[in-house]
Amino acid sequence: MSTYTNEQVAHLVEGSLDWETTFRMLSMPKDNSRFEQYLKALQAKVSFKDKIVLPLGPHLYIVQSAKTKRWVTQCDCGHVFGDYRENWKLHAAIYVRDTEEAMTEVYPKLMAPDTQWQVYREYYCPSCGTMHDVEAPTPWYPVIHDFEPDIEAFYKDWVGLPVPERAD
Amino acid sequence: MNMMTNKELGFADLLKNGQTLKQFRDGIIERTKATGYYNGQEKLEFRDSDPIGYEKLFSKLRGGLVHARETAKKIAASPIVEQEGELCFTLYNAVGDCVLTSTGIIIHVGTMGAAIKYMIENNWEANPGINPGDMFTNNDCSIGNVHPCDIATIVPIFWEGRLIGWVGGVTHVIDTGAVTPGSMSTGQVQRFGDGYMITCRKTGVNDTPLRDWLHESQRSVRTPKYWILDEKTRIAGCHMIRELVEEVIRADGIEAYEKFAYEVIEEGRRGLMNRIKAMTLPGKYRKVSFVDVPYKHEDVQVSSAFAKLDSIMHSPCEMTIKPDGKWRLDFEGASRWGWHTFNAHQVAFTSGIWVMMCQTLVPTQRINDGAYYATEFRLPKGTWCNPDDRRTGHAYAWHFLVSGWAALWRGLSQSYFSRGYLEEVNAGNANTSNWLQGGGINQDGEIHAVNSFEASSCGTGACAVKDGLNHAAAIWNPEGDMGDIEIWEMAEPLLYLGRNVKANSGGYGKYRGGCGFETLRMVWNAQDWTMFFMGNGFMNSDWGMMGGYPSATGYRFEAHKTGLEQRIAIGDSLPLGGDLDPTRPDYERHIDATAVVKRDKQCMTTEDCYDNHDLYLNYLRGGPGFGDPIDREPKAIENDLNQKFLLPEYAQKVYGAVFTQDAKGVFAVDVAKTAARRAEMRKERLARALPTREWMKEERERIINKHAAVQVQHMFATSFALSEKFTKEFKAFWSLPADWQLLETELNVPTYGSKHRMDLSLLPDVTTVVQVEE
Repeated sequence: MSTYTNEQVAHLVEGSLDWETTFRMLSMPKDNSRFEQYLKALQAKVSFKDKIVLPLGPHLYIVQSAKTKRWVTQCDCGHVFGDYRENWKLHAAIYVRDTEEAMTEVYPKLMAPDTQWQVYREYYCPSCGTMHDVEAPTPWYPVIHDFEPDIEAFYKDWVGLPVPERAD
Repeated sequence: MNMMTNKELGFADLLKNGQTLKQFRDGIIERTKATGYYNGQEKLEFRDSDPIGYEKLFSKLRGGLVHARETAKKIAASPIVEQEGELCFTLYNAVGDCVLTSTGIIIHVGTMGAAIKYMIENNWEANPGINPGDMFTNNDCSIGNVHPCDIATIVPIFWEGRLIGWVGGVTHVIDTGAVTPGSMSTGQVQRFGDGYMITCRKTGVNDTPLRDWLHESQRSVRTPKYWILDEKTRIAGCHMIRELVEEVIRADGIEAYEKFAYEVIEEGRRGLMNRIKAMTLPGKYRKVSFVDVPYKHEDVQVSSAFAKLDSIMHSPCEMTIKPDGKWRLDFEGASRWGWHTFNAHQVAFTSGIWVMMCQTLVPTQRINDGAYYATEFRLPKGTWCNPDDRRTGHAYAWHFLVSGWAALWRGLSQSYFSRGYLEEVNAGNANTSNWLQGGGINQDGEIHAVNSFEASSCGTGACAVKDGLNHAAAIWNPEGDMGDIEIWEMAEPLLYLGRNVKANSGGYGKYRGGCGFETLRMVWNAQDWTMFFMGNGFMNSDWGMMGGYPSATGYRFEAHKTGLEQRIAIGDSLPLGGDLDPTRPDYERHIDATAVVKRDKQCMTTEDCYDNHDLYLNYLRGGPGFGDPIDREPKAIENDLNQKFLLPEYAQKVYGAVFTQDAKGVFAVDVAKTAARRAEMRKERLARALPTREWMKEERERIINKHAAVQVQHMFATSFALSEKFTKEFKAFWSLPADWQLLETELNVPTYGSKHRMDLSLLPDVTTVVQVEE
């Protein structure tokens, strides 16, 4: 099994890792310590003090609130979307591209969906305007709660780390 | 002398153990179920006692399979096989479970296994009999094949008079004699018209194809030359592998070989679970994908009025990764099968998934049926991925398999991202289309059919650390290759007027999806020539990830009465290269003003006539993007602009890039001004947005009032009719009144097949093989 330095993992997170190492990461068996190093690299990047429990996206995390010890979904600007078990998108700001005009803002004519068939739902952080997700469903489709991680099993049984304290 | 033999009694004792093949297979299933280990093998005796010997056996067999594929494919003349590598050889144990497979279209790990299991369950050993030197041919989509153009040759392997396994070879043929030409045609809406269909038929004895088979099969398709060379390809590969097995047994002994043939499957099962634990994260992942079926349009001409409607295929997937490393894929809520050729048998799904997984979760040589045994599949009966009617068409099952798997990429990629394996993240896959198909009399004066496999090189999805690859791959073939222009021009009476990267086709993002490409083809030296389009146009089947956009959708361009013959003669300007910006079309400036041009989103058509000098744009799609586009490095945008991967208008609107262009046309992005513009864009986003729950109130009203296009309502109505759970969850999410319902009958569209259906299992003397939870 390959291992990597904290610096290499930090470069991976930044998208600045050299190709040779990236290729080794792709082709060799996975390094089980990656998760810990990844958390460390991310924690060093964010401006908030809350402990990252699980990264969800480039700017979105489940964190342990430093004040309350509750686990919440949080933007890296510090905006809290609510309890980690809830669908964070329900607490986001949404813009729906459901007209031809709105679609042709982002794609040339004929290269975007027909909005009678499919719409684009853009979910932004209400504080900083980061676009965390773009859904592409039909009209009427429920907002998808797309990930419910089993964090306890992952920490305890898969990577052998203590589960961060959680206040409910 | 006058006693009945085993043959008449219907018991061939092929295994020389007193058991029928079915009894033997039942035993394996029971032991697997009872213990959780394949064939009850808690201990892998051979592997553990002689690991070197085990690995040597593995390498010999795997190497031989790959070698047989590489050698046999040179026999074929069809560019689909010879250029694109659309073939695969697989070794099975006696019960049809896959031991090892070659490279290539390894979706067939399970499809040929399903055919072997069908023969076992339906007592083929008694009638027509299974003997050394036999050959069986199958392409029947109702027992597990993906689509009729994948023709499988299956050869039993005997050792000292005892059946010890099977070898299967499959090629994707260029034409199947369907209603319209091309291997995956659209004109038919049922099995009856989907092409020549062969159900595990004995087509050879003593290693020789039967004469009736040779005569019948060649006249049943439009391209007999390609057909017969494909047949020879499959037979040669199968016989090479059979000889390899004999050689291995002579060297290592039958006991070692047979132990290996069962242990390696259990090893494959454990291997997948280990990979899941090593790379993913336990939990529930919910993803969904869609694809358009626009059949109402006048350019879709089918024989049955009940197929003339617009509809949407719906594939919701709940992927559960369990703490023990097993996983469950549940498609509850999927829409019903339809009167088109995009339906899929359950095995096309359960087997096909490994062609994708070998590109991500299990990128190893050890692909076999073990992975199937580590996976729980739930494909509800009656859905597009498990039809409950024996009339369904399957010619282009990939139209939606490709789309359905885009959702799986996203689920797995979420787990890779959360765990820190960013290098493994893939935002999804392109909708691998357009499929340029058609036929007529070709440049050699022969009846011909074409299916351009340029779709084998679409854009790939973006990664979390890099862009997707441009025009590089297709999910269904791990060895993506667009083929050489010169070869395609020999195979098709269509000259190339351009082959270019398709600008803006990759989904935007911090890392963009790979761009697709486009080729402009001019009909040349053909007679009575037809073509049609097949791909997505009104919808996208991929989504983008974590703030990235989906790729661009497809569109069609075709032109008739172009006047190009005259323009070429007098040296006038010609339409050349790519259709760079469809908002400002340029091809039309280089053909006669009176030309008949179709430029729209109707990417699904049926056979239409093309004269020489008519034009057809074959646009191959891009892949989805990853991450918020305003995080993209200015240098990367600059590079895209200078390579014409991105139109300047969208560099501004989507990426917030501020740039200049010098006298030579070279773009330079201003980093500081771009950062300032992006800060403004964040504010603009919030100014136009609503809190999600506010927007939901508006959307709820639209649902209550049934305000949506018919195709959207039709999709929901068919999903509701099949799934009480999906209906309940939908109504609960939108807080709909208890009596709210949506029925197909209220939509004023044909409902043929919505109530009255008949499954294949209801035919007399047929035992179907069910390998999923239904």
